[in-house]
Amino acid sequence: MSDPAQPGASRSTGTASRAPLLEVAGLNVLLKVNGTRRPALRDVSFTVAPGEAVGLVGESGAGKTMTARAVGRLLPAGAHVQGSIRFASTDIAAITGADLRRYRTQVAMIFQDPRAHTNPVRRIEDFMTEALRTNHGVRAAQARDRALDMLAQVGIEDGARRLRQYPHQMSGGMLQRIMIAAALLIKPRLLLADEPTTALDVTTQAEVMAILDGLRREYGLAMLFITHDLDLAAAICDRTIVMYAGQIVEVRSSALLHANPLHPYTAALAAARPDIAKTVHRLRAIPGHPLSAFEAPPAECAFAPRCAHTRDVCRATAPGLAELDGGLSRCARAHQLRGQLQAVPNA
Amino acid sequence: MASLFIASFVIFAALYLAPGNPVAALSGGRPLPPGSIRVLDQRYHLNEPFLAQYWYWLDNALHGNLGISITLRENVSTLIASRIWTTAGLVLYASVIIVVLGVGAGIASGLRPGRLDTSTLVVTAISAAIPAFVAAIGLIVVFAVKLRWFPALGNGTGFLSNIRHFTLPAVALAVASLAIVARVTRAAVREESDREHVQTAVSRGIPARHVIWRHIVRNAAIPITTITGITIASLIAVAAVVETAFSLNGLGAYLVQAAQSKDIAVVQGISLVLVTAFVVVNLLMDVLYAALDPRVTLGSQPR
Amino acid sequence: MAPAPSRGLALLRATGPAGIASAIVLVVAAFAAVFGPLLAPYDPNLPNLSLAWVGPVGGHLLGYDFEGRDVLSRLLAGAQTTMLGPLAAVVISVPAGTLLAVTAAWRRGASDAVISSSLNILFTFPAILLALLAAAVFGASLVAAVLALSAAYTPYVARVLRGAALKERTQAYVAALEVQGAPATSVCLRHLIPNIAPLIVAQATILFGYAMVDLAAISFLGLGVQPPTANWGVMISENQAGLLQGYPLPALAAGACIVLVVIAVNVLGERLFEQARVARR
Repeated sequence: MSDPAQPGASRSTGTASRAPLLEVAGLNVLLKVNGTRRPALRDVSFTVAPGEAVGLVGESGAGKTMTARAVGRLLPAGAHVQGSIRFASTDIAAITGADLRRYRTQVAMIFQDPRAHTNPVRRIEDFMTEALRTNHGVRAAQARDRALDMLAQVGIEDGARRLRQYPHQMSGGMLQRIMIAAALLIKPRLLLADEPTTALDVTTQAEVMAILDGLRREYGLAMLFITHDLDLAAAICDRTIVMYAGQIVEVRSSALLHANPLHPYTAALAAARPDIAKTVHRLRAIPGHPLSAFEAPPAECAFAPRCAHTRDVCRATAPGLAELDGGLSRCARAHQLRGQLQAVPNA
Repeated sequence: MASLFIASFVIFAALYLAPGNPVAALSGGRPLPPGSIRVLDQRYHLNEPFLAQYWYWLDNALHGNLGISITLRENVSTLIASRIWTTAGLVLYASVIIVVLGVGAGIASGLRPGRLDTSTLVVTAISAAIPAFVAAIGLIVVFAVKLRWFPALGNGTGFLSNIRHFTLPAVALAVASLAIVARVTRAAVREESDREHVQTAVSRGIPARHVIWRHIVRNAAIPITTITGITIASLIAVAAVVETAFSLNGLGAYLVQAAQSKDIAVVQGISLVLVTAFVVVNLLMDVLYAALDPRVTLGSQPR
Repeated sequence: MAPAPSRGLALLRATGPAGIASAIVLVVAAFAAVFGPLLAPYDPNLPNLSLAWVGPVGGHLLGYDFEGRDVLSRLLAGAQTTMLGPLAAVVISVPAGTLLAVTAAWRRGASDAVISSSLNILFTFPAILLALLAAAVFGASLVAAVLALSAAYTPYVARVLRGAALKERTQAYVAALEVQGAPATSVCLRHLIPNIAPLIVAQATILFGYAMVDLAAISFLGLGVQPPTANWGVMISENQAGLLQGYPLPALAAGACIVLVVIAVNVLGERLFEQARVARR
């Protein structure tokens, strides 16, 4: 479903110097649910420059995982994709066979639940070196050496012993590090990290994030980082994209995201997270529940029912993504609300 | 091992409790002079307590002496040995059919939803309901009488002739089990295909054939081995029916005859052999399961 | 809770067209089992050798068997032993197995360990083998075969139900009832068992299929129902000679009846199993 109000091709901010590595334009994804087609993503467009980390933030059903899967070509069977996804100037949305496999060697995905995503009957060495041996023609002994080296880099000691072990003999945190190590081994150009630390406990989260962030910068990899945690995204990504109901509602450089958000939803997300340094008498939740793409009404702002700043204009038409202050915002009242949105509680 | 021990106990006890005079059974009903009766009593420990008799029997059995058949007046062990290869060959032949066709069909239909899959489901639903003896007569009518491709009776002589003679019986034995194995295999392959770790392999660009064999089938092999093992073990008992239907000279058919003529020693002996085979097959299956699944240590299966 | 018959009907309707068709086949078969001998157009037991192997002619839809008896009548009469025998085996082994499973699940600990290991040991006996042994010991008869099969099936039923019973046992409502002081038997009978009832029914249905096949096989071997009593398994062995002489119809007709009923039982049982699985989520 394209947005008639959207002005021309929207450009991302800040990194126009090099050709973008990933260019998503007008991406619409429809999923088959019980025989009917329902929209999951509506008119999603963004770019990722080489070496840039972009965060994709939103609540459940916002479409962030769906976007990552669309880029990773891992959508469920029966999904209908419209729009273009260009990687290094090649449209990858419809390629198949050997071309698709070649694309996959340049994009590595890190999944949320490492235990479910590792084969329980194969050793870690097999898991880590499979792609190297199969797709890159690396010999087993050499692949093993590289795996050992990478294990050290992700902070796993006694790598030789770990390589011989099976997934059930390791903790979740260690498995996730191994997943990261395996992803980096093939020297991809783009990392798709789907909530890599959500399934881990808090201390492990911090460790794993530090490793991921450090290695990414060291290798100069681009990354699309999916999370529901706005602060986390802002901390490690150069730019942050906020999604709601299957659409992008704000794109902003991370530094400015807290200080000067451009969309009421972003501000509400930021305000909803309790600050450990302050005492509050009431947690500030956003009233109502998040909508998924197919629940959103097509002719008005999807966030309007839950927004503290709604006016008539918000219900009149669906707002388009417009440039403002170096970022993008899908808010009809963005200009008026400029500068007033930070730390505004959603009553 | 304990189960084997207890099974042997049950076998012995059951036949010990059989109504009728053991001396009369041994003598075939003919009257015997008292001297002979004393000899028999001594030789077969007939006047000793139950447990002692059980011990003698077990001890003899372990040494290969399973007593003497009343009706044929030969050593039971010899009689068993001459027939065991028939039964073993039949079960082996049927097992090969089950594994190749059953697992093969299951994998093929599990990987490709569509016409192949639905037709497999229908065919297996029907063949799962065909007991071995019904399959036997059906096969005889079609392939032995009408088409004359295979003989209907007997063992045949020589290896190739054996294979020809054993084909219809093996198929009859395999039909129902084949269907079950195919269904379970299909379900296992289906379930495994939906697992997340398969997605990981796909996301890395691993070629389809590697994903299928190294991840889907390899993991599904665990439940597949379990059902195949159970099925093959059950063949050991059903072989009796097929051997009877095709007049094959095997242990099962002999067991049936012995049961009919109340030839106690033979029934005991063959039952012991069959139960041992059953336990051995189950044991092998456990070992295989532990080898396939590193999360499991031998002796602690999550059944 | 809705009264039992309408719940049963709802369960049946949920099994889909295949399940309903199977249920219809089974009702017809049950009808034949109960009223078979009365429905038979001709005497199923009266031999008339001059008519042996004559094909379908006149009022004899399926012809005559090896002793000149009407095949259709014999099939109808035989429905009784072919299906009531397995029914008896199921009626004995399912309650016994349920009892063992629930006891093991309820008491857990040592009792469970003892029961489970004994069941595992009893598992080493394939049902047919046990029936053969019984025939050797007690003489070939339907009763001996049914008892042997029941003994062989009980551990199987107990094992299948034990898992479900254990799960049910650890539900919160059971603990709540225990705390209130409800006696164990009451909790089991009025709550635990009714909750795993769909699974029990599904298992019993599938077991009936196994029992039918096993009993027919044993009768085929001559160690169960004895001729001249009509029984589908016996009919196959009686008329086997006809296969080679070009008169396959009697044996095939009996075989077809067996297969038809077993398919119906399997399909219905599988569907019921699915319903039980879904209901327990």
